[in-house]
Amino acid sequence: MRVIFWGTRGSLPSPINGHAVRRKIVNALVRGAAANLNTVAKAQAFCERELSFAEASTYGGNSACVQIDTGGPEYLVCDLGSGAREFSISALAKHGSGKPQTYHVLVSHVHWDHIMGFPFFVPAFIPGNRIRLYSCHPKLEQAIRAQNKEPCFPVEFSALASTIEFVPLEPGKAYEIAGATVTGMLQLHGNDSYGYRIEKDGKTVVYTTDSEHKPEDTAEMERAAAFFRDADLVIFDAMYSLAESISVKEDWGHSSNMLGVELCQMAGAKQLCLFHHEPVNDDARIDDILAETIRFEEITRSGVPLKVCAAYDGLVIDV
Amino acid sequence: MSGQSASWSDKDLGNAVLLSASGRIDLSNAETFKDALSNALSKAKKALILDLSGVDYISSAGLRALMIAFKAGKAEGKAFGIAALQPLLLEIFTISRFNLVFPLFDTVPQAVEKLAPNVGGTAT
Repeated sequence: MRVIFWGTRGSLPSPINGHAVRRKIVNALVRGAAANLNTVAKAQAFCERELSFAEASTYGGNSACVQIDTGGPEYLVCDLGSGAREFSISALAKHGSGKPQTYHVLVSHVHWDHIMGFPFFVPAFIPGNRIRLYSCHPKLEQAIRAQNKEPCFPVEFSALASTIEFVPLEPGKAYEIAGATVTGMLQLHGNDSYGYRIEKDGKTVVYTTDSEHKPEDTAEMERAAAFFRDADLVIFDAMYSLAESISVKEDWGHSSNMLGVELCQMAGAKQLCLFHHEPVNDDARIDDILAETIRFEEITRSGVPLKVCAAYDGLVIDV
Repeated sequence: MSGQSASWSDKDLGNAVLLSASGRIDLSNAETFKDALSNALSKAKKALILDLSGVDYISSAGLRALMIAFKAGKAEGKAFGIAALQPLLLEIFTISRFNLVFPLFDTVPQAVEKLAPNVGGTAT
């Protein structure tokens, strides 16, 4: 499977502003002043070699949308945050608007940052396209219809020309969707959310965002670890620091980088991807959190190393 | 008192109680550690001070036990301090950001002097 991240930010789209871009350019120019960067190739090599990710790029600001390419002809996507707009434009650019496609969408829950991309999901406007919206969350249809309705949005749901279907899922039950086996799990989050375990050809991706874990609750930790068991990739809500998540932001429904490591280690997972970044964290801060998480994994490792990365808009991971 | 891979004991210092722990505090013993902290806090007149010089690892569950004791101390008007972290433990406190939450001291005497001065007993 190929996992393509179109939106990785938590709670609210958080685009980088012009001042931050200018700071990156100024820093790169100063850092490269003595390097004779007079060709694109030299400049690109310098960025790769000498600059940190935060100095040379950005984690991006779109809210949750992750494409899971299962190798089949139909699309599979997790959540329709603001990243869904770019995903849909990419799909249309690939096929053209005259070739109808089928889009399968797994929705974790209906908080706005996870569905706000649907009104701008271009395939929904085009006749012939088929969009199947799946969720264990019972209010998916209500939320999607309410979003495409005045006074929030000028295009009524009934005016969308594609074929749109709502497919309720039952947690714990396996479904065949877009050529993969998908199982949902209830997560601790305000108004509930659901994680999805996606399996195909012996590979497993777990999409688990907007999920709080209580480290002292052995049964809950073991239940989560069982859901992550032997996964090749766990896309994990690492919005807060551990201290935040069990003090001032306890019961806010999100988790931390450290719990991601602990749960993946319990589960024997192979790779942890930090996801749903806190909007107030800039690129340098997320770089630091990633470095600290890698260090924490080293400190706590007892067997096979757990690979750790931080999601960014545009990241592609093959499993 | 002990959990599966850790041990701890407390000592009356007069106005403060010093709880000294050693070993590894994790999911397997965090609950009993939490109870030990609660018990020590109930005995403390003004402050609960933790000597973690013998602790070589603490997991999220152990850190949560510390958080519960810290909050309980605040509610009861008792000070809470942690002393003598090993470098690796200090790293964990920093990664978790608990270094920004708990008052940390290099040594137990420094913690006693700051949180419960002029007490009887010997802080070592």
